[in-house]
Amino acid sequence: MSLEVVRAWALTTVQDLGRPGYAHLGVPRSGALDAPALRRANALVGNPPSAAGLETTLLGCSFRLPAGGVIAVTGAPARITVAGAAAAFDVAVSVAAGALVEIGRATAGVRSYVAVAGGVAVPPVLGSRSTDTLSGLGPPRLRDGVVLPVGPSQPIEPHGIPEGSGAGAAGRVPAEVTLAVRLGPRDGWFTAAAVETLLTTAYTVSPNSNRVGARLAGAALTRADAGELPSEGVVLGAVQVPADGQPLVFLADHPTTGGYPVIAVVTDVTALAQARPGSTVRFHGPER
Amino acid sequence: MGTTALLIECPPAEVEAWRAELWRRRAAGELAAAEIVPGARTVLIDGLDDPAAVAALVAGWAPPPPADTAVGTLLTIPVVYDGPDLADVAALWSVPVPTVIHRLATTEFRVAFCGFAPGFGYLTGLPATLAVSRLATPRTSVPAGSVGLAGPYAGIYPTASPGGWRLVGRTDVTLFDVSREPPALLAPGTAVRLVAA
Repeated sequence: MSLEVVRAWALTTVQDLGRPGYAHLGVPRSGALDAPALRRANALVGNPPSAAGLETTLLGCSFRLPAGGVIAVTGAPARITVAGAAAAFDVAVSVAAGALVEIGRATAGVRSYVAVAGGVAVPPVLGSRSTDTLSGLGPPRLRDGVVLPVGPSQPIEPHGIPEGSGAGAAGRVPAEVTLAVRLGPRDGWFTAAAVETLLTTAYTVSPNSNRVGARLAGAALTRADAGELPSEGVVLGAVQVPADGQPLVFLADHPTTGGYPVIAVVTDVTALAQARPGSTVRFHGPER
Repeated sequence: MGTTALLIECPPAEVEAWRAELWRRRAAGELAAAEIVPGARTVLIDGLDDPAAVAALVAGWAPPPPADTAVGTLLTIPVVYDGPDLADVAALWSVPVPTVIHRLATTEFRVAFCGFAPGFGYLTGLPATLAVSRLATPRTSVPAGSVGLAGPYAGIYPTASPGGWRLVGRTDVTLFDVSREPPALLAPGTAVRLVAA
């Protein structure tokens, strides 16, 4: 079984649930940015939650299954065609051998997830098949013409399909993203006004955002302590504030340690993974 | 820190003791954590169901016994000391180049923490007085195996990458190999000598 990539467009990668357990060696967690959407896609085609699928970025992708198979597309909604005929989003779809599957541009959100029954079976690296765009671990980002192995498929179990993210199952992406945060661990390095600003003003998702982090543009967050922070471990959702005062929210490919203070941590980054450049982001807290 | 993590702050000299103690407790089944990540003055515990409960537990564990033994045996890495910034380091240290090499080659380093890239260990062991600044303009590409200094740390680039550390030498040793367990040669706590090749 295999999957032949026809068009990968700007950035399509293989992703599973990531590579936890190696952060102390400098290995990022990686994995699907919208993990609930990947889990749902896997469940729809009868895969275990840990199976690897494809993560597209805004533009979709196209491919063929030379031996045919079953796929499901979740996450950012997009027009899907199989051999030119429209196919449904967020359900299992049978694909005939050799038929061209086209996942169009996302009509909302950023990242669509394609699960194929059996899972993308590239060799795991440190327990994961995810492409890590920061460190280069895992398979390279997909190129046109690449052929990926697909594992043996299981019968589809119609029960226990988990909810996808807001962008996925419901096919809706809110125009404004509201993120719950807990302040700290380094909120004390900022002025009280900066903390107030973070929690009360709107930020805009920058086009420079990527799998490492969502860069936000808005009111600069001013430091009370101008010193240099000794490097320390950081977590998914950490809101790091570099020298320019514009916050950066770490996503799955984030570095494992950082030297800029983390003013707060976002509880769930899934919505941010689907927030397009130009989207409005608000933080609310200040639960510690 | 967030809803799943805890950041323990401690003096730099106690980081390794905390790391070793937390790993020991995790191995003993007393701590369920996905990641235990040392930093310069912190140890991060991530992947916790209830960080507040773990914080209460950790308070009872403190202070751990000092870590007097390094992880495994002393690792010896042969280094060719011919780096492009060797003369600059000699000037910053106000000593001749052979003295720089002698100091580096005879220092017992220890991996304090990792970061920057998989397998990049921050090596401590040099006295604070020998700390050097980073290059004002980082190099766009530093070859894999380059040995550099920055701040109070020494480090070896596992792969080619941009970098601002002052380069004093190079080694052929493979620092990160995904087919090895553990994949990083320089895991936290490892004692290292950078002997002159």
